[in-house]
Amino acid sequence: MIWTRKDLLGLEELTREEIEFILSTAESFKEVSTRDIKKVPALRGKTVVNLFYEPSTRTRVSFEVAAKRLSADVINIATETSSVKKGETLIDTGMNIQALKADIIVMRHNYSGAAVMLARHVDISVVNAGDGWHEHPTQALLDMFTLKEKLGRIEGLNVTIVGDIAHSRVARSNIWGLTKLGAKVTVCAPKILIPVGIDKMGVFVTDDIDAALTKADAVNVLRMQFERDDGNVFPQQLEYFKKFGITKDRLLKAKKNIIVMHPGPLNRGIEISSEVADGQNSVILEQVTNGIAVRMAVLFLVAQARDSKNANTN
Amino acid sequence: MKEKAKILDTETLNRSLIRIAHEILEKNKGIKDLCLVGIRNRGAYLAKRLSVCIEQIEKEKVSVGILDITLYRDDLTLIAQQPVVHKTEIDFDITGKTIVLVDDVLYTGRTIRAAMDALIDLGRPKSVQLAVLVDRGHRELPIRADYVGKNIPTGKNETVEVRLAEADGVDEVVIIEKD
Repeated sequence: MIWTRKDLLGLEELTREEIEFILSTAESFKEVSTRDIKKVPALRGKTVVNLFYEPSTRTRVSFEVAAKRLSADVINIATETSSVKKGETLIDTGMNIQALKADIIVMRHNYSGAAVMLARHVDISVVNAGDGWHEHPTQALLDMFTLKEKLGRIEGLNVTIVGDIAHSRVARSNIWGLTKLGAKVTVCAPKILIPVGIDKMGVFVTDDIDAALTKADAVNVLRMQFERDDGNVFPQQLEYFKKFGITKDRLLKAKKNIIVMHPGPLNRGIEISSEVADGQNSVILEQVTNGIAVRMAVLFLVAQARDSKNANTN
Repeated sequence: MKEKAKILDTETLNRSLIRIAHEILEKNKGIKDLCLVGIRNRGAYLAKRLSVCIEQIEKEKVSVGILDITLYRDDLTLIAQQPVVHKTEIDFDITGKTIVLVDDVLYTGRTIRAAMDALIDLGRPKSVQLAVLVDRGHRELPIRADYVGKNIPTGKNETVEVRLAEADGVDEVVIIEKD
């Protein structure tokens, strides 16, 4: 397969083959982080701009580490301290970054669709690091990478996603990716946090976590994003923990080797108990390690696609 | 595109490898601290075959690794069709070792330049030697092979194709003339 996209905006638009290609490329990159000298010259002379309109530490740092291990130069722009505060539009910001001759913009934005819009207005590569409630493709890719590494396959797996499905771009990207690769996905949440029409994405929907766990090969525990609760629709934290929290007792009734994932940051004692988060079923820290390999692969592929395009037109 | 000549077949290819194996042992006086590292894809198969030859002569195993040099290429921005990245698989420490890099065809020397960069990022070998099945000339960098299966003078409008049973179902080396 030949990767031809200059941008990674979401998993909805990707084919199964493209997703599998990213995952297999990421496998090759994982070895780089195990070396004494954790660096390859693949993106030497390229500039990656991390443009973050929402607070993020782990995703930004993961992208920064990935870019640096590929020898790219990295600029971080946090919008609280930039001209965005003075009223600059997203497109103007993008055009300015392009005029600086940067090669890739990695963007986190609070509006759904922001990455798609930016990609339409600039020629340089855009990688979506999360846009509103829409998609967070690299998180879903690293979740799938971890699943594949742990269980050897994605096809036919039962994966349960539990938590605030309505506000979660991680859930949406995971659903697109997992269903395309042939997994059976169940989403589980209080009814108020299940968006209308989610079943049309080809998933089972339930608000009974114990039922959702019985057949699951893996459970992806989403963070309860209480900061997004502007209408007091969220359940109380303790109530949520009681009804949906992933605890040792609940796992006793699940498959013995069930994989427990969480995109972080953890709310211990709300969506997951400490015993489970630190227990033997948890792969939460491996997800962090795998995130670097996946993001290295994505940065490499979009940069090469753009270079190839330029080589073709010259 | 047409095949101009067949240079090696299974038998002659094997003889070349056995001779190279002997030359490696002669030059290094045995296999102490000796490791073979093949450059993907066909260099990796050749390294494996060379290790079998060496093992038959010395009755002792020699370490074999596989190097993927995609991330070290100097033409990534120039080529229209990008190569697929594969894994580097070297599960031994190369520091202090004598490394014999193995590749199928030596041409401009740029692959070997990239391979040396990739290798040196993994450690500090005592020395690095180069074994190739075919040297077809046209060097663009000051690089030469220590062990050569066959020297084949070629034109720029020709390519040398090494086909190996492991990848192509047949052992042969042919010269192909481009139209």
